[in-house]
Order: sequence, then C-alpha cells, then structure tokens
Amino acid sequence: MDWGYLWEISLTGVAGGGLYALSALAFVLIYKATRIVNIALGEIMMIGAYLFFSFASMASLPIWLAIPAAMIGTGLLGALIERTMVRPLLGEPPISGFMVMVGLSSILIGVVEVIWSADQRRLPEFLPMKPIMIGEAFLAPKVAWSAVAALVLIGLSLLLFRFWRGGVALRATASDNGAAYMMGINVPKVLSATWFVAAMIAAVAGIMVGAIGGISSSMGLFGLSVLVVVIVGGLDSIAGALVGGVLIGLVEALAGAFLGGEYKLVATFIVLVVVLLIRPYGLFGTHEIERL
Amino acid sequence: MRIGTLKESYVADAALFDSVTQKVWLAIGCALLVGFPFVANDYALYLACLVGINIASATGLNLLTGYTGLVSLGQAAFMGLGAYTVAILQIRYGTPPLLNLLAGGFVAMLGGLLVGIPSLRVKGLYLAIATIAASFILHFLFANLTLTGGTGGLSMSPARIFGFTLDASFRLYWLIVPVMLLMLLGAANLFRTRIGRAFIAIRDRDISAEVLGIPLLRYKLLSFGLSSFYAGVAGGLWAYLFRVVTPESFPLQMSIFFLAAIIVGGMGSILGGILGAVFMTMVPEVLKWIFDLLPGGPSLTVFLSPVRLIVFGLLIVGFLVFEPLGLAEVWRRIRRFFHLWPFRN
Repeated sequence: MDWGYLWEISLTGVAGGGLYALSALAFVLIYKATRIVNIALGEIMMIGAYLFFSFASMASLPIWLAIPAAMIGTGLLGALIERTMVRPLLGEPPISGFMVMVGLSSILIGVVEVIWSADQRRLPEFLPMKPIMIGEAFLAPKVAWSAVAALVLIGLSLLLFRFWRGGVALRATASDNGAAYMMGINVPKVLSATWFVAAMIAAVAGIMVGAIGGISSSMGLFGLSVLVVVIVGGLDSIAGALVGGVLIGLVEALAGAFLGGEYKLVATFIVLVVVLLIRPYGLFGTHEIERL
Repeated sequence: MRIGTLKESYVADAALFDSVTQKVWLAIGCALLVGFPFVANDYALYLACLVGINIASATGLNLLTGYTGLVSLGQAAFMGLGAYTVAILQIRYGTPPLLNLLAGGFVAMLGGLLVGIPSLRVKGLYLAIATIAASFILHFLFANLTLTGGTGGLSMSPARIFGFTLDASFRLYWLIVPVMLLMLLGAANLFRTRIGRAFIAIRDRDISAEVLGIPLLRYKLLSFGLSSFYAGVAGGLWAYLFRVVTPESFPLQMSIFFLAAIIVGGMGSILGGILGAVFMTMVPEVLKWIFDLLPGGPSLTVFLSPVRLIVFGLLIVGFLVFEPLGLAEVWRRIRRFFHLWPFRN
C-alpha cells in the first residue's frame, strides 16, 4: 500500500467533491422551496457552461464579464422554468414534478444539440495552470481551483441565507408555505427567486465541470452523480449536500484509482443503495412522519 | 352518461367487456390485427412488432407505477434480464422459444423481487432512485460478466417454432402480437381480483391499506414481481426481434421512455398503457416522415435526433401540465361525446 498515492487520490476526490457539493446545494435549494426533485440539474449546468462558451469564445467577452453573463442567463432560464413548468404543478404528487424535470432535461439536451451541435468542445482556459502541491501530493490545478471556487460560493450562499432578508424569506417559505404567506412574504416571488439563484449556482458548477472535462451535450450525466449525492445526504439538508458531496467525490476517486474507471458509477450507486437501506431518508434528511 | 347498460348481477357488472358495442369493436379490432400483416409492408410490420413489445412492457410498468403507485426507473434493465436469459438459453441449449420467454419472465421477476425488497422502507422518489441504482448495477453486470458476452453482447440465430423459422417481421408478428394480447388480457383481469384491488388500495394510501388488512410487503413485492415478469417477457420478445443483445440495448433512457409512455397514455389504465406505448413509439417515426417531406432535404437530417429529443420532452411536460390523466382521458372524452351524438344540444 502506497500511502502517498492514497493521500493524493483522496485529496483529488475531496476536491472533486467540492463541485458535487456546490451542485448539490443548488439541488437542495430547489427541493426545499418547491419540493421538486430536479433531475434536470445536470442539463441546467450544461446550459450555463454553453452560455459561458458562447460569451467567452464566440462573442469574445472577457472572462470576468462572461461568467456573470452566463450566470444571469441561466438564472433567467431557471425563473422561466419555475413559472411555466413548476408552478402549475404545485400540490401535484411528487412523481409529476420528477417527470416534468425528466422531460425538461430531454428538451434542454435537444436545444443544445440544435444550437451548438453535439460535438465535444473546449472552454477557454481561465484557471491558473500552476500545479498545486500539498505536502508531497500533487493536485491538478483546475480541480483545486474549482474546489476553492465552490467553497467560496457555498460559504457566500450560506451567509446570504443566514443574514440577508431575502435569504430568510427563502428559508421561511421552504419550511412552511402557508405560514410564510401569512407573514406577508410574497411566496410566488420567493419561489421564482429560489430557482433563479439555484440556476445561477448550477451555472457556476457547470462552467467548472466544463473547464475540467470539456463540454458536450451529454455532460448532463453529471447530474446523476449529484442526484446520488443529495439522496445520500438527505434531500432537504444543506449540511447533507456538503457532506454527501465530499463523500461521493472520495468514493468515486478511490474506486476509479483502485478498481478501474468503469467501477466509478457502480461504486457510487452501491453506496446509495446501502445508505437507502440503512437510512431511507438520507444521512441528514428529515424523517417525515406519515399521518392518516 | 352512458345509457342502456342495465346490470342485473354482479357478474355482469364486473365483466371486462360489458356492452354489445364494445364486443363488436373488439371483434373488428381483432380482425384488423389478423388482416394487417397481409397488407402491410416489411417496415410497417417491424414497427408493429416494436409497438407490441413496447405495449407489453409499458403495461407491466403500469401495473407497478400506475396501479400500485411505486415509481420505477428500472423497467429497461428488467427487460435486459429477460433478453439475456432468452439469448443465453437460445444459444447454449436451443430450448423452445415459448419456454425461453417464460424463463426470461421468471428471471426478470426474481430480479424485480430483489429490487422490490427496499420498497417497504423506501418510498416515492427515493424508491425511483433506488431503481436507477439497480439498473446501473445490472448494466455493469451485463457489461462485465463472461456469461453475457461482455460489452460485445450476444447475437443469436432466429427462433424456430412449430417448424417455422422466425426470421422476418411477418413471422415474428404472429409470435409477438398474441403474446402481447395475452399479457394485456391478464393485466385487465388482474384488477377484477383481490390482488389487483389490493394494489389500487396501496396506491391510494398505503398506510390505510395496511390498516385494512393488506400485507404491504407481500403485495408490493408481488407488484414488483409481476411488473418485471412483464418486462422480462417483453425483453425476450425484443431479443427475438433484434437477435443481438448488448448492454447498451437497455439504457436508462429506455426506462424513462416507458415511464413517459404511461404518463402520456394515462397512469392506472390498461387502455392508457396501450395508447401511450403506441403514441410514443410512433412519434419519432412521424417526425422522420415530416423531415423527409421538408424541402431542406439531407442538410436537415442532423437536426432529426435533437428535434426528437425536444418533442419527447415537450410531450411529457405538456401532458403533465395540461392533461395529467393522459390520452386515456382524451379517449374517454371523445367517447362520451359520441354516446348521445347526434341527439344532444
């Protein structure tokens, strides 16, 4: 057993888990506010990455402008999705919301293939190229910087939810729609805002994933891993999203390094099944009590 | 409202086909199914076979999702189990096709029972995601076991049944359509029995059902088993139609397709499963015809597959938002209109 190698792999896994945690944060936000299991999150991330690609490579905007532009564009798309597809389904059984998201993911893939074609593309390089050394271990610079960006963004959003008025309104709406209404919170507006913010976070995650592995119309598959992360962590728990992200990142990296690349997905799904059997509502999820 | 259907006994009330009109239409439908192969060309027959398989599998999923309320995204993987069983039996032992189909159904059923075990603890979307996990694990097994021929998969010779070699769509039609009809009849009859009623009670509220004395685990497992039995037989038919089975033949998209089919058709209705499967299989074909008719010609064919994806997604979203009860409800509305037609102001 080579401990240095194990340390290096684990480090890469944890850093990669940062991106999972970031995307899972967007996922949990949407779930808490609208009770929608957003299986199309990977595709929304993809739209963010493609918008960034268009702004940065095709319209040759500077990077510091292209990223916010892509975020706002994706955010608007999120708000549009909320208004047209999610709001009519409020109060319907959860499977309806889930299937609408399945339909949405197929629409978004089709749109990307029509506009940008199905070919694999590379995003312009914008992350520093200098390798990072932590002790003896080497960490790929893109992975490291994306983990840093994810950490900053997660910290920022947590601060916003804690101290910003809109963030508090969001938490109030998430915990009880009706009570939030009675306190004078404009609930529909908060729901739109949640989707806007979540799509923006997803756009950043998408840009990072695209910067590491290139973008293509099938990069939405990343969303499946995010789904595993949030199920393991618990659908309605932000802490669960963070812990689950790091855990799944670690499991993927270890399985990929010691068993082979094709074991990555299977390993994460086996973790998923085990967690579901032991704690059916995830590690940190709320155990809902059913009443007749 | 329907008029002229006075029932005098419970037997008449519970009958599957209860009016003369229905029986006449049924007879016409059967005659059309028998006559169809003699007038249709090869491509139409191939499509008919595909539609038959999809109807069988969608009906199986409807038993589980539409009637018992357990959402599954593993239907394609169970079809894969059936298809691999049939292919292995056919290649290694050359056993008769009908026996292979049954065996495929039973192997898929065992798989379904295994996946169904968590269904007592895990509910709703968590269950859907557990079935996604199961389908990925099965895909991994298909791709890595030596028994299943690895990523290259298995290719088999055409089936022989009663001295006929089932190598053309015309001949396969006579295997696929009767099997499909038998399965439909079984599913429709199931809901006249205690088991089917128990399924519906569990769908409507599982805790209440348990209070009423329905053993939840047993019936949920039974539903999983039956549904994957249907998937297994459908997968076996699929193997006979295409004669090549690879791990990539049964992707997650296919499970999504079946779920979409029963949503578009109408959950919890046998007719809905049929309509949905026919509709969703035919939409891509219709899109292809439209593309062939467009003046742009070959330059547009690049857009065919993305447009199919977009239309597929729009159909799911559109039906859920505007017509949640699906095509079956549209059909019922049309029928209600004609009940009193033309004597209605």
